[in-house]
Amino acid sequence: MNETPTGTDAMIVATGLRKTYDDFTAVDGIDFTVTRGESFGLLGPNGAGKSTTMRMIACTSQRTGGTLEILGRDTDHHGPWIRAHLGVVPQQDNLDRELTVTENLYIYGRYFGLGKKFINAKVEELLEFAQLTEKRDAKVDSLSGGMKRRLTIARALINEPEILMLDEPTTGLDPQARHILWDRLFRLKEMGVTLIITTHYMDEAEQLCDRLVVMDKGKFMAEGTPAGLIQQHCSREVIEVRFGSERNAEVADQIRDLAVRLEILPDRILMYTDDGERDLARMVERGLHPITSLVRRSSLEDVFLRLTGRSLVD
Amino acid sequence: MTMMRASRNQSAAADIADGVNSLPGASIYSRRATAMVERFWLAIRSSQWLMVASGFMEPLFYLGAFGYGLGSFIGNVQADSTHTVSYAAFLAPALLANSAMNGAIYESTWNVFFKMHFAKLYQGIMATSMGPLDVALGEIMACLLRGLIYAIAFMAVMLPLGLIPCWWGGLLAIPAAMFIAFGFASCGLAITSYLKSFQQMDWVQFALLPMLLFSGSFYSLDVYPTPIRILLEALPLHQGVALIRGLTLGQLDYALLGHLAYFTVMAVGGVIFATKRIEAMFLR
Repeated sequence: MNETPTGTDAMIVATGLRKTYDDFTAVDGIDFTVTRGESFGLLGPNGAGKSTTMRMIACTSQRTGGTLEILGRDTDHHGPWIRAHLGVVPQQDNLDRELTVTENLYIYGRYFGLGKKFINAKVEELLEFAQLTEKRDAKVDSLSGGMKRRLTIARALINEPEILMLDEPTTGLDPQARHILWDRLFRLKEMGVTLIITTHYMDEAEQLCDRLVVMDKGKFMAEGTPAGLIQQHCSREVIEVRFGSERNAEVADQIRDLAVRLEILPDRILMYTDDGERDLARMVERGLHPITSLVRRSSLEDVFLRLTGRSLVD
Repeated sequence: MTMMRASRNQSAAADIADGVNSLPGASIYSRRATAMVERFWLAIRSSQWLMVASGFMEPLFYLGAFGYGLGSFIGNVQADSTHTVSYAAFLAPALLANSAMNGAIYESTWNVFFKMHFAKLYQGIMATSMGPLDVALGEIMACLLRGLIYAIAFMAVMLPLGLIPCWWGGLLAIPAAMFIAFGFASCGLAITSYLKSFQQMDWVQFALLPMLLFSGSFYSLDVYPTPIRILLEALPLHQGVALIRGLTLGQLDYALLGHLAYFTVMAVGGVIFATKRIEAMFLR
């Protein structure tokens, strides 16, 4: 009955995928393929169309145009079948607040039609994986934000999904909770689970994704590995200098020749260069003394700024 | 760690999905509505038992106040052309129909509204291999389970009190109450899917009160002129009251089939509507 040929490794194939609501286009003709075991990231600001794309993959939102096949089947006609192969971690936790931690995992397994014995064994593994064994009988409301997130991820794994979809998995978590979560996700990746992640955090994308697309206004702006995107769209280093909001524009003309490219933001100037320290020294030689200066490596944030003229987190 | 299976082998969930996928209607129905009932059971076990208990107490209060209290001033009443019974025995079957309706409406409106808009429960469920028909049917079955608990508990009180002239009719009244609950639950679910605010939820309550007062629960609708009587008899609660009262009097006739047909139409129509609405709300 399984029509997916095991030889092909394309898990998700989308061509010209579109989603419009009345007069608003959320996703505007995107093409992508995700292969088995890959960790694929959708990067973009709020409202870029990331979550809509995720919902279409999870068969909880029907496309307006294009094609979308998951494991060889059309999302319009095989929703429940496809979802049996997916694990979905939504942007906002939607745990069952009337149930305990263990019951949340158990009943989710039942929604997939799994047997009680199978689930009960699985629940133990997942509690351990999510580091929630001690909280097993707690009500969901008593958990911290990080714990709820880990429980949501554990819940998404109850059906042993081939594809795990994570919509902004660490938004709203403190740094320590984020690192715990990244560690768990990295383990899943090592186990061969295909990950689809949306984020507007650069560090998250760099940590977790093998391949990224930069999304804005429903379209893909660029695609590549994190390092490849930086190489392709940016210089190696960036000098951030502040001369005070009044002088920034005036100084910009005097340093334009030092940089590969300048980006003048309201509060600072970004100078893209191949050797930050050298060019900062040259600037000072010209008698220009910024209030603050910082030399750093180019990041995906810079790629995004370059591609869209806007920063990621508004 | 053995957490993930070797990546090329099918998971158990995928095997199950393969089995279901060839069945008709697989895109909306995974034959798994009972999972919703299991969820309901877990939820009442841990947090909702008080609410369930209160639903059982309500008809007992009515019975005590109106059946025995007010009833002592009324004495015996003519229940139909052949039966004269105490007022408490006249009222009791109507209260069973009422509690079937109330349980079903409460579960399918307030509880479903909360789960839809605040708990985001259905979003979570629709991310699994459940289909919209599983959710709709499952919620209705949960309503029925609640109604069944009420009906059995209430009947267990009414029978020993001698309020049921015909005992086998009293037993048949329990499945009949399920019919009533099914009709109200599926329609309640369909209506709730359109409601956006708590103010609109109040309209549901507002509609229920006159339905109770003019349902023939407390007195026979024969007191009204024919056109008004016919209009009132067409309301669903009156249909339920007449069905249960007829059974408890041991009065098997074609009118009962008419009432059953009424609730069948309500149930089927409600399920179709609710499924379409759940699909529209969560799968678009």
